[in-house]
Amino acid sequence: MGKVSRMSGQALVSIRALKRSFGDVRAVDGVDLDIREGEFLTLLGPSGSGKTTVLRMIAGFEKPDSGSITLAGKDVSQLPPYERDVNTVFQDYALFPHMDVLTNIEYGLRVKGVSKEERRAQALVALKQIRLEGYEDRKPAQLSGGQRQRVALARALVNKPSVLLLDEPLGALDLKLREQMQIELKALQREVGITFIFVTHDQEEALSMSDRIAIFNHGKIEQLGTPREIYDNPKSAFISEFVGQTNRIEIDGKKVNIRPEFVSISKSGTTGDRVVQGILRDEIFVGASTRYLVETNLGFSMISTQVENDLKIGDAVTLSWQKEREFLVQI
Amino acid sequence: MLQEVANTMHKRPKLRLFALLTAPILWLVVAYLGALATLLINAFFTIDSFTGNVVQTFNFGNFQDMFSDAAYKNVVLRTLGIAGAVTVLCTILAIPMAFYMAKIAKPETQKILVALILTPLWASYLVKIYAWRTMLEPGNGVLDWLLGPIGFKSPGFGGPAIIIGLSYLWLPYMILPLYAGLSRLPSNLLDASGDLGAHNWYTFRRIILPLIFPSLVAGSMFTFSLSLGDYITATIIGGKLQMLGNVVYQNFSINLPFAATIATIPVTIMAIYLWMVRRTGALANL
Repeated sequence: MGKVSRMSGQALVSIRALKRSFGDVRAVDGVDLDIREGEFLTLLGPSGSGKTTVLRMIAGFEKPDSGSITLAGKDVSQLPPYERDVNTVFQDYALFPHMDVLTNIEYGLRVKGVSKEERRAQALVALKQIRLEGYEDRKPAQLSGGQRQRVALARALVNKPSVLLLDEPLGALDLKLREQMQIELKALQREVGITFIFVTHDQEEALSMSDRIAIFNHGKIEQLGTPREIYDNPKSAFISEFVGQTNRIEIDGKKVNIRPEFVSISKSGTTGDRVVQGILRDEIFVGASTRYLVETNLGFSMISTQVENDLKIGDAVTLSWQKEREFLVQI
Repeated sequence: MLQEVANTMHKRPKLRLFALLTAPILWLVVAYLGALATLLINAFFTIDSFTGNVVQTFNFGNFQDMFSDAAYKNVVLRTLGIAGAVTVLCTILAIPMAFYMAKIAKPETQKILVALILTPLWASYLVKIYAWRTMLEPGNGVLDWLLGPIGFKSPGFGGPAIIIGLSYLWLPYMILPLYAGLSRLPSNLLDASGDLGAHNWYTFRRIILPLIFPSLVAGSMFTFSLSLGDYITATIIGGKLQMLGNVVYQNFSINLPFAATIATIPVTIMAIYLWMVRRTGALANL
């Protein structure tokens, strides 16, 4: 992967033994994480897994019960948000409704006492970067969701923070726009070279954008690695199902996992050293690909996306795959 | 029978509208605008100084009398000052309270606090003001008894007492709109402001204050106009001090047209106040 070269920097953010409870709920239950300078790190997990709470503690909106957060060598865990060199893009943008686009983008610079001409100039550069020239006088209410999203991004980036925190920033957009913004966001990150910490529950988004992914479950990081490492070698059953699809089967008394795209279906021929017989039961069309459901004679069903032509439902088929593509999970 | 009425109403939207609005319109036109018009007309009449009867000839005599006598100007300025001070005091007390209720307190606590703030409104106005009379009584009042040992003295009856009493009475009318306004204000705007480097005071001035301004205006319309028209509080705890309402009340029995003339002053002030508020655009977002 070409991404690997970007990941040799020092740890910019270090999180150690971080804990935070809300009442009886242990939202964050002992998190350790090093985030390198310039990387795009995604905190991925289902809702309630603690990823957003970690982000809010890095930003300073929540105080940890225990543990530390170090930013560029300095413990910031007890500092208020305004004394941390990080900026946040909020889930629903949090643009100031009474200010126009330019005033919103300028806000951080104005707080810091940057002169009017200087901050205006910088805000206009940021506006150009997000391709919203000519929109400086609009109020947030007069913008579309995607435009608001970009303004929120510019408002944060214009301050040149050492870390940009993004809290499910694409969640409110429709699919088409979301995919477009994923590409733009990734390109923007390469351009500005700022460390991005990105929170999402969308595994595809995480896989396509991140240098590394930290998978959250029940307030802990279950696995940390590149998208490829996580997809090919998920450490737990939870991850194998949360990230991508998987067939969890038992062969020769051993529980193994195999991704649907590595399983091929044919009438007779085989493409691997593992072979199972079965009957084609269903065909599920999902746009770009089709999933095929096969009931095997070993008593379980499997899904595959690799199929030879001219198969009909009810046909007796052969499933085959390379044994080396199988993976075990520790838990 | 009831079914027939319902069916007829359903078929005839104009009849429905008539049934809906007759009572409120009658009330507004006859009781409210009618009274206001009578007041205005009376202000231009005079009184026969010998018989004491109202002479219904249109003239500006009352207004000339009012504007030529410096005493009335003083009363107007004093009343404006008191109403302004009450509004400022209520605002200063209400903002932190409303902020706590809307943004910090747990939902259950919020409900209790709203109930507590509404409770004094159920008690009689007179009871509350007489209570303040006992509190403020110089020498043997509750305030002197309680705070005397630490060197604090009751302000006694007069301007400060009126301001305290009226602020106490109208405070809920300021807290409730502010609470509603702050509840509508998304909390993440405050997070965003802090995130962009703003201290709490900066966030308050640049984000919170502009966004709750309509609520502030709504609250101030209550505290300001209710103070402007008050005369009972001034009578009970104002000592010798008079407000516009007292002057109207004194003239009411001896010179009705002149009382009406003076009563046009608070009406005019409120009209100007509303006009100014309208210009700020605050009413559009109410």
